[in-house]
Amino acid sequence: MSSGIDFGRAMLVIRPRRLGFTARIGVRTVVVCAVLLVIALATAVLALGSGDYLIPPARVLRALFVGDERFDRLVVWDWRLPRILLALALGAALGVSGAILQSVTRNPLGSPDIIGFNTGAYTGALIAILTLGGGHFQTAAGAIIGGLGAALVIHLLAFRHNVTGFRMIIVGIGVSAMLASINTWLILRADLDAAMSAAAWGAGSLNGLSWPQVAPTLIILAVPALTLIPAAPRLRILELGDDTARAFGLNVSRATGWLIALSVAFTSVATAVAGPIAFVALAAPHLARRLTRTPSIALVPAAVMGATLLATCDWIAQHAFAPTTVPVGIVTASIGGLYLAYLLVAEARRN
Amino acid sequence: MTDSHASRLRADRVRLGYQGTTISDQLSVDIPDGEFTVIIGPNACGKSTLLRALARLLTPETGTVLLDGKPITASPAKEVARQIGLLPQTSTAPDGIRVADLVARGRYPHQTLLRQWSTADEQAVAAAMAATGVTELSARPVEELSGGQRQRVWIAMVLAQDTPIILLDEPTTYLDIAYQIQLLDLCRTLNRESGRTVVAVLHDLNHAFRYADHLIAMRDGRIVATGAPAQIVTAELVHEVFSLRCRIVDDPETGTPLVIPLATNAAQVQ
Amino acid sequence: MKSPRWCGWLLAVTVLVAACVLSLLVGTKSIPVGEVWLALTGTSTTPDHVTVMEYRVPRTLLGLLAGLALGVAGCLMQGLTRNPLADPGLLGVNAGAAFAITIAVGILGVSDITSYVWFGFAGAALVSVVVYRLGTAGRTGTDPVRLTLAGVAATAVLSGLTRGLMLLDPKAFDEMRRWDSGSLAGRGFEIVTGATPFIVVGLVLAALCARSLNAVALGDDLARSLGVHVTRTRLCTALALVLLCGTATAAVGPVAFVGLAVPHIARWLVGPDQRWIFAYSLVLAPILVITADVLGRVIIRPDEVPAGLITAFLGAPVLIWLARRAKVGAAV
Repeated sequence: MSSGIDFGRAMLVIRPRRLGFTARIGVRTVVVCAVLLVIALATAVLALGSGDYLIPPARVLRALFVGDERFDRLVVWDWRLPRILLALALGAALGVSGAILQSVTRNPLGSPDIIGFNTGAYTGALIAILTLGGGHFQTAAGAIIGGLGAALVIHLLAFRHNVTGFRMIIVGIGVSAMLASINTWLILRADLDAAMSAAAWGAGSLNGLSWPQVAPTLIILAVPALTLIPAAPRLRILELGDDTARAFGLNVSRATGWLIALSVAFTSVATAVAGPIAFVALAAPHLARRLTRTPSIALVPAAVMGATLLATCDWIAQHAFAPTTVPVGIVTASIGGLYLAYLLVAEARRN
Repeated sequence: MTDSHASRLRADRVRLGYQGTTISDQLSVDIPDGEFTVIIGPNACGKSTLLRALARLLTPETGTVLLDGKPITASPAKEVARQIGLLPQTSTAPDGIRVADLVARGRYPHQTLLRQWSTADEQAVAAAMAATGVTELSARPVEELSGGQRQRVWIAMVLAQDTPIILLDEPTTYLDIAYQIQLLDLCRTLNRESGRTVVAVLHDLNHAFRYADHLIAMRDGRIVATGAPAQIVTAELVHEVFSLRCRIVDDPETGTPLVIPLATNAAQVQ
Repeated sequence: MKSPRWCGWLLAVTVLVAACVLSLLVGTKSIPVGEVWLALTGTSTTPDHVTVMEYRVPRTLLGLLAGLALGVAGCLMQGLTRNPLADPGLLGVNAGAAFAITIAVGILGVSDITSYVWFGFAGAALVSVVVYRLGTAGRTGTDPVRLTLAGVAATAVLSGLTRGLMLLDPKAFDEMRRWDSGSLAGRGFEIVTGATPFIVVGLVLAALCARSLNAVALGDDLARSLGVHVTRTRLCTALALVLLCGTATAAVGPVAFVGLAVPHIARWLVGPDQRWIFAYSLVLAPILVITADVLGRVIIRPDEVPAGLITAFLGAPVLIWLARRAKVGAAV
């Protein structure tokens, strides 16, 4: 059923009689999400079939759902699937994180690193890798402790009577600079091997991830994801300005705080598992909005876009430079930077 | 004070201020139901501050703002938002948002997680756009509209909120005169036709006198006078509130008081 | 009142001289003043004198040069982008230099710092030009936000590629992690003499366009109405920035925070007059760099912490303290 009001684009109104819930979605948004989902899944199937042992897509699907070919199933299910699943999940988490932060800060460059999180996470992870040997769990724990610790320190230092954005940015820059120096020092003093593997983590990599990491990651991600669902409508109201939002009955500072915390939660899980992956949180929301042409934040499209981006970049990182593999963060940084440059050129041409 | 009218929205001996500066103290005011109230006063007299306190944007340091006899801060915020709508001085429209989308956001206090677009929502939005005359613009991006059109869209959003009380903080600033009159006519229509209580802070004295049923004049954080313009507006009042020497005549179009500032090199005329 | 500021400046100069002297005296081994004097004025060749002449003098000079360059570059950058948070590295200078050096070491096999420094400078210059073009393209002229974005984009792409190269080649990684820490050590006189002309030219350019930059910082329209040629000023400033920042970074590696923090500290000391801010930055920045270098030699004797890592710990707390005590915006 379409709406009687002209919204300027096709709308889908859902009002199932007996279920009591109603919703209004842009048709274009639904289509874009569906298409992106298909692309993401197609990329996943392609990735599952790539590598030293090539498997055509039909057999990949068979290995996933039927599983009678023993070796196929081993390769697809045991070796490759966990990594792909995590690429999709973490990509979605990063996309959502960026979308939330860009909306709340009303700044298209809003990125989780404003709060000095990534640098702190790297510090924590470096300490874990270089002193504790760097198993997955220790690195993840180190990253989360470091990241949240840095964010906390910045918040405390920036807090006087209230938190003003400008002061927080300055304090964030200062703390990040000190942490970055510590990171460089740690890398400088470590053994070459340890330093290189630490730097590889620091570039953001999905290497070596397997089933034991999947379940905890998905479970931990579910928590902020579920919390986000009731919080999402508030984002639309916050976008209208602090006064208007308050007039609608929103406690602006509390809502903003919660939303930023959710954004940090998503980023910290991603960083803990795979290291700081650049640009997905920044670019996915932008790309999603361009495609769906919605006027403001689009959480689900950003999530699906992020998943697609990360899955694609991971495939490139693993196979485009055969026989070597590259950390996925390097691919995302390069592509992200080029995308940004393209945006600038396109905007200049328009003017 | 118009004692004969009921007042759902009242301020009771409130002290208002920001971060250590007190703007008003022991301020009490009743907003008469179903009337078009206008608050006037010079800059920094506390009129916007009072409006913000009434809209629950600002918490009084002492004293309470009451809605239906209950302190406004005691009720859940969303419920208050269903009773009181506010058009603040500054609002930001997200990039690229279209008129219908923006007006639809006004339904937020009536929506729940599961009920995001009920028939009531749709009807309210359509009615709001019709009342403000922006229905033909509903598919256009807000940033492409003229100042007057944009302000009408924001009012449509507040209308869609469907509240019995509407507060407007300097809604006519930055508008061309034609749009100012259009907007004030709209406010009066809203008040007359649906019986809504409308409270506006206005800069222009003559507009205030022309449209207000009930006037609140403030200076230095205090209320100097309240009442119908025809009854309270005198040259002395204008001088007391605005430090302006003037003459009051009857507006030839509407019969309401009209302020005519005295020429500065004229001798004092009685 | 002019005299307190002049007094303050002279005091700062005195501190700078003291820092330089300290830099000559202190190190893995403390060398007494008399020996240092003999080393400077004589031609003897005792090990101590060699240490002074071959290691500490070039080091001190380099610290001086880098400090001058980065301090002035910081002032210029903030005027150019009208953004108090702009770091001279924003034009992509660091990333450009790092990328070029990684290619030099990893792919071209250059291993000597005196040689790969030139690559660094070329990389820095090239990237700055690209970023500047990208940031100023279009009819809107130089939008400071566009410039910042262009720098972010360039830095992202280049640092990604640099990291990739580093991870593929252990030798490149090893060399880069040393360069990346911003050290004044191990660089001989050739680097000093190589860097000096560029930095001097850069300083001269900066001095020439400083006054016009003041006006531009107030806004393009206002500047034009004051008779300032906006585009030419911007171009001149950008050129000065590339020379100063590019040379310093290529020679010494990225030194954190100097370009960002020193102009703010100068402004806090001396008020908003740009010329005084320049003058104070000129002196305070080398003090910061040389002090960091001296501390680095002393903290973990006989080992060394590179100066580039310590500057953040000297500069950041001051900046944070400023941000906390001032009303927001007053310090900047």
